[in-house]
Amino acid sequence: MFKPKSERAIGPDRGGLLTMHTILLVGVLLCAIPFVYMISASFRREGDLYKLPVTVYPREWTMHNFHTLFEKTEYVRWYGNTIFTAGIRTVLGVYLAALAGAAFAKYEFRFKRFCFFLVLATLTLPFHMLLIPLFLLMRDFGWVDNYLAIIVPGMVNVFNIFLMRQYIESVPDELMDAARIDGASEFGMFHRIILPLVRPALGVVGILTFVWTWNDFLWPLVVLHDDAKYLLSNGIATMDGPYEVETGAIMAGSFLATLPIICVFLLAQRQIIAGLTQGAIRG
Amino acid sequence: MTTHTLTTGGEPQRFSLADWWSRNQRKVIPYIFLAPFLLSFVIFTVYPAGVALFLSFQRTRGFQQADQGGGVVLEYKGWANYERLLTKDKRFREAMINGAEFWLGTLLVQMPLALAVALALNSPHVRFRILARLAFFAPYITSAVVVGWIFRFVYDQNFGWMNAALAQLGIDGPAWLRDPSLVMPSLIILGLWTWVGFNSLFFLAGLQNVPDDLKEAARIDGANTARVFWHITIPILRPVFVFVVVTGGIGSFSLFSQPYLLLDFPNTGPFDSGLFPLMYLYDMGFLNIRMGYASAMGYILTVVILIITGLQLLLFRLWKV
Repeated sequence: MFKPKSERAIGPDRGGLLTMHTILLVGVLLCAIPFVYMISASFRREGDLYKLPVTVYPREWTMHNFHTLFEKTEYVRWYGNTIFTAGIRTVLGVYLAALAGAAFAKYEFRFKRFCFFLVLATLTLPFHMLLIPLFLLMRDFGWVDNYLAIIVPGMVNVFNIFLMRQYIESVPDELMDAARIDGASEFGMFHRIILPLVRPALGVVGILTFVWTWNDFLWPLVVLHDDAKYLLSNGIATMDGPYEVETGAIMAGSFLATLPIICVFLLAQRQIIAGLTQGAIRG
Repeated sequence: MTTHTLTTGGEPQRFSLADWWSRNQRKVIPYIFLAPFLLSFVIFTVYPAGVALFLSFQRTRGFQQADQGGGVVLEYKGWANYERLLTKDKRFREAMINGAEFWLGTLLVQMPLALAVALALNSPHVRFRILARLAFFAPYITSAVVVGWIFRFVYDQNFGWMNAALAQLGIDGPAWLRDPSLVMPSLIILGLWTWVGFNSLFFLAGLQNVPDDLKEAARIDGANTARVFWHITIPILRPVFVFVVVTGGIGSFSLFSQPYLLLDFPNTGPFDSGLFPLMYLYDMGFLNIRMGYASAMGYILTVVILIITGLQLLLFRLWKV
């Protein structure tokens, strides 16, 4: 398309550009302020925090809150618990979602449409309506205060299946047919062809699963009652109760719990955003 | 698992699992791949849904002693739970109204804001887009528990940053979480903070689907920017609008962690102004051990959410520009 050069160079008018930059700047600032509060409060003493006038920066920086966190609460243990359960759930969840995704993307079978309908139906159903019966089930299984209750019920996530199906569709059929002629088993192909080819997708689904597990609160609240077994979210939520720690320590705990999540997203934000938004756009 | 058979050429083979497998594995394997999903679906969705339905017609009187089996003590009550929830229970009504208010409040402010942010992020002439995108995404990936805590402190009447900022503008800041008329706005602000950036990413992804030649062609035909936006961009964003509205509705009625922390559950704000359906369900089911009542609540909630979702999808199908 031919366009006079001058017109292309100017782009949108200067007023429009200014408006856009203002929107973004104000937006970014508003997004950042609560985080600034959290970080600032982590490094100040209670007397400094609750003193007028309110200041953005600590008047005096201190590591006091982190000492409180590690000495007066079970924070380190909660952290370990969370990494452990979220890790296991992620590995299993990604593998099982990829299996189901491969079935939908690469095979023809009799009840395919029906099975896919089940996936979509579960996708729209709010999980929380099942809170009570699921808890009773966990109780019957003897899984209360057991990480199996965190790992197993939500392990096969339909959103992940949906995502994996879309990614696995891009694996060329010819490659699989060629492998079949060479005598590869279907399981072998899944491990040696499909999984390596969709490795970026495994990363996206894995990170999303990990973050969801890391942040989930209601379900752990229902099934974990022993505070040594708590995950980070339960631990942080109850810190004002039995531990009687102060605002600064709560914010320090929040800060340390948020840090790894933000770092992971820094590393892989493009892929993650693409993964999250993909389903919605295709409607 | 292979059955080894000695065969000589031409002789009809005995049934061999290995042979059968190598001939049929392509037909069978999808079911094996789907087995974990199907199993999990039956055990953790279908079965509990059945149990919930059964429970919703019962009155629960707590648990038996462990030596008697530790089961739930039940008493059949017919439709009593549903009847009570729908006609008599003022707290439940309040919770549903709060869910609707939150939904309406966040959507009306959120959609235009999210779209504006997306338009800004989509402009090739704007700088620092990647950094901005990260900043907008950070609230969404932060644990709701952490968000609830931060905002509880930020809304503090005397030492919170909200009122400190208002004081800069010469406004005497209110008691955000103690004034019944301000609890919902406080929550809506928290919701906007969490979800505007997140939803803008969906609008952004949608905007990147708008073909440039289409806009170009419209411009050559004499359409101005506003008309291009209205007649090309907005219709193409239709699936994103559907997505944002539907997930917003589901999210509003199942809001839990944020008000739980913000209002220091079991407190639910003055006059239940911050009570949400799921909080009430948790309160009834686990703190009061009225599991039948809570199960009935779960069903009503699900039906309401499904009706809303269905209505929305219908509306958007009708909305063809």
